[in-house]
Amino acid sequence: MSFLTISHLEKAFGSNLVVKDFNLEVAKGEFISLLGPSGCGKTTVLRMVAGFETPTSGSITIGGQEVTGLKANARNIGMMFQAYALFPNLTVADNVAFGLKVKGVPRAERESRVSEMLNLIGLAEMAGRFPFQLSGGQQQRVALARALAPSPRVLLLDEPLSALDAKVRVSLRNEIREIQQRLGITTIFVTHDQEEAMSISDRIVVMNAGIADQVGSPFEIYNRPTTRFVANFVGTLNTFAVKVEDSAAGKVRLGGALLTLPPGLSAGMGAEMAIALRPEALRLGREPGYETVIKGWIEEVHFMGSIIRLRARVAGELVVMDTFNRADQPPPVPGTEVEISLSGKDAIILNG
Amino acid sequence: MTRFFAWFALIFGCLYFLLPLVGMTEFSLKMRRGEYSFDAYRRVFEDQRFWDTFGYSLALSAATIVVGVLLVVPTAYWVRLKLPQARPFVEFVTLLPLVIPAIVLVFGYIRLYNTSSVLPLTGSAFGTDFLLTMGYTTLALPYMYRSVDTGLRTIDVATLTEAAQSLGAGWITILARIILPNVMVAVLSGAFLTLAIVLGEFTMAALLNRPAFGPFMQLLGANRAYEPPALAVIAFAITWGCMGLMQLVTRLSKHERAKA
Ligand SMILES: Nc1ncnc2c1ncn2[C@@H]1O[C@H](COP(=O)(O)OP(=O)(O)OP(=O)(O)O)[C@@H](O)[C@H]1O
Ligand SMILES: [Mg+2]
Repeated sequence: MSFLTISHLEKAFGSNLVVKDFNLEVAKGEFISLLGPSGCGKTTVLRMVAGFETPTSGSITIGGQEVTGLKANARNIGMMFQAYALFPNLTVADNVAFGLKVKGVPRAERESRVSEMLNLIGLAEMAGRFPFQLSGGQQQRVALARALAPSPRVLLLDEPLSALDAKVRVSLRNEIREIQQRLGITTIFVTHDQEEAMSISDRIVVMNAGIADQVGSPFEIYNRPTTRFVANFVGTLNTFAVKVEDSAAGKVRLGGALLTLPPGLSAGMGAEMAIALRPEALRLGREPGYETVIKGWIEEVHFMGSIIRLRARVAGELVVMDTFNRADQPPPVPGTEVEISLSGKDAIILNG
Repeated sequence: MTRFFAWFALIFGCLYFLLPLVGMTEFSLKMRRGEYSFDAYRRVFEDQRFWDTFGYSLALSAATIVVGVLLVVPTAYWVRLKLPQARPFVEFVTLLPLVIPAIVLVFGYIRLYNTSSVLPLTGSAFGTDFLLTMGYTTLALPYMYRSVDTGLRTIDVATLTEAAQSLGAGWITILARIILPNVMVAVLSGAFLTLAIVLGEFTMAALLNRPAFGPFMQLLGANRAYEPPALAVIAFAITWGCMGLMQLVTRLSKHERAKA
C-alpha cells in the first residue's frame, strides 16, 4: 500500500521539459533516494512534492489525500536544505519550536517536544545558541530536528550533506538514517552521490534527463541495471565486446571462450554486443569455477585500505578490478602480466 | 607625494566643513556681551514653540517610520523573492523623490486634495497630517528602501522563506518573525535617517501650514540673531545623535548575532 504516490508528474520551465512522466510509489516509512547527475530534475521533483513548484501536469497524493493543489504551508511536510536555512535570528530551541508555534501548540507541550528533538540529535546543551555559533554539521542536525518537530507526514532532504566535509557527511548520513528508521518517517532524499544513496536507501530512483530510469533497491540497481545509463552512472563498469552464439541459451563468445549470460539476452544470433562486468567480478589469477581466463598488463595500483583497485590493459582496453587486501599477499606491481578470471553469470547485459 | 596630497585633501575637507560650524557655534555662545554663555540656548529651550514643533515633528517622524517600514519591507522582500527582474525598475522608482523637488510633490497634493476636491484632506488638521506623513514617507523612500534592500541581501531570503513555509508559516508570520527581525538593523538605520530628514524638512510642512520643526527654525532665523545658530547647533546635535545611534545599533546587534 503506497503512502506517497506521484503519478505522471511533469514540469516544464517555458519550453524546457525538465521532469517527464515521473511515477513513484513510496510505502509508509520507506527511505527513497533520487539519484542522478546535475540538472536531471531531482530538486524539481522534490520541490513539487514540497509545494514550492506547481506541476505542469500529473498528481501527488499523500496518505490518500490529493495535495497537488495544496499550498506548501498546508502540506505538513518537513524539508531540509543544502544551505541549512536555519533562522539566524532565532536560537536553536526557537528554530526547532518554530513549526510548533505556527501550529499553535501550547507552550508546555512545545517545550517538551523541543527538548525531545534536541535529545534525539544530541544537541540538548546547545539549545540557547544562535545558528552562527554552531558548526555546519550541528546546524544541519538542528535543521533536521526543526523539520521533524511538527511530526510531518513526509521528510524531504535536498542534498543536505553536500556542504559538509567527508567525515561529518558519513556520520550524519548514518544518523539521519537511524533517526528516520526510529521514527518510521517516509523520506525522500536527493543526492548525486551514489555511495550515499546506496548506503542509506531502501530504494533508489535513478533519474536521467527528467525521467526515472530505474527504481529499485540498491542491490538491484547496482547488480541488475536495466538501462545503459543506470549501468554507467552507478558504480564502475568494464565493457567487453562479445558475439552472440546462442541467444536462447544466453551464450556469447569472448575471444576463445564461451560465456553463459544471465537471462535477458535479446540480441539475435551472430550479433555483436557489449557485456559489462563490475570491478569486483574480475578476479586476479586463475581461479577455479570461472568460465574463462584472459591476459592483462597491470598499469596502475591504488591501495585504498581494505580494497585494492587495479587498472589493467586487456586487449587494448583499460579494465578496473577490485581485490581485497590480504596481508600475506602484496598487490602486483605495474607492468606485470596477470591472468584475470571472469564468468558470464556476473555480466550485465547492455542491450542497445 | 601621494601621502602629502591625501593629508592635504583631508585637512582641507575638515576645514571646509568644520570652520563654519565652529564659527556658528562660537557665535551662538556670544549672546552676552564680552563673555561666552548659553543664553541663546536657554532662550531656545524656554520657547514653548520649540517644544511644540519639535514634539510635532517627532510624532510625525514616528508615523513616517511606521508607514515606511510597512511599505518598504514587504515590497523589498517581495521584489527580491518573486520579481528579481523588476529590481532595477523598483530601485529607479524609489530614487525619484531625490530628483523631483518636494515643492512639486506638495503642490500636487494641494491640487489633488484641496477643500473643493473629492478627497478634501487639506480641510482638516488630521487630514493634512496624514498628507504630510505620506509626503515624508516619499522623501525618506530612497534611504529606507536602500537600507532594507541591503539588509535583505545578507540573508538567503528564498531559502528561509521556503523553510518557514514548509513549517506551516504564512506570509504574515514569515514577514514578522523571520524577515523583519533579520533586517532590523537595516530598518533602524533607515528609521534614523528618516527621523533626521523629517526633523529638518521645511517645504512640505510650510506649504501645508503645519507647526513643524523646520518652519520654526526658519521663522526664528528670520527674526533673531543669536538663537538661530544655537538652534542649528541643536539640530546638528540631534542628527549626529541619530547617526551615533545607528552605529550603536549595528555594533550591539553584531554581538548578539552574526548573520549565518
Ligand atoms: N526556476 C527555474 N526556471 C527555469 N529552469 C529551471 C528552474 N529550476 C530548475 N530549472 C532547470 O531544470 C533543470 C533541472 O533542475 P534541478 O534543479 O531539478 O536539477 P537537479 O537534478 O536538482 O540538479 P543538481 O544536482 O545540480 O541540484 C535544470 O536544467 C535547470 O536549469
Ligand atoms: Mg538539486
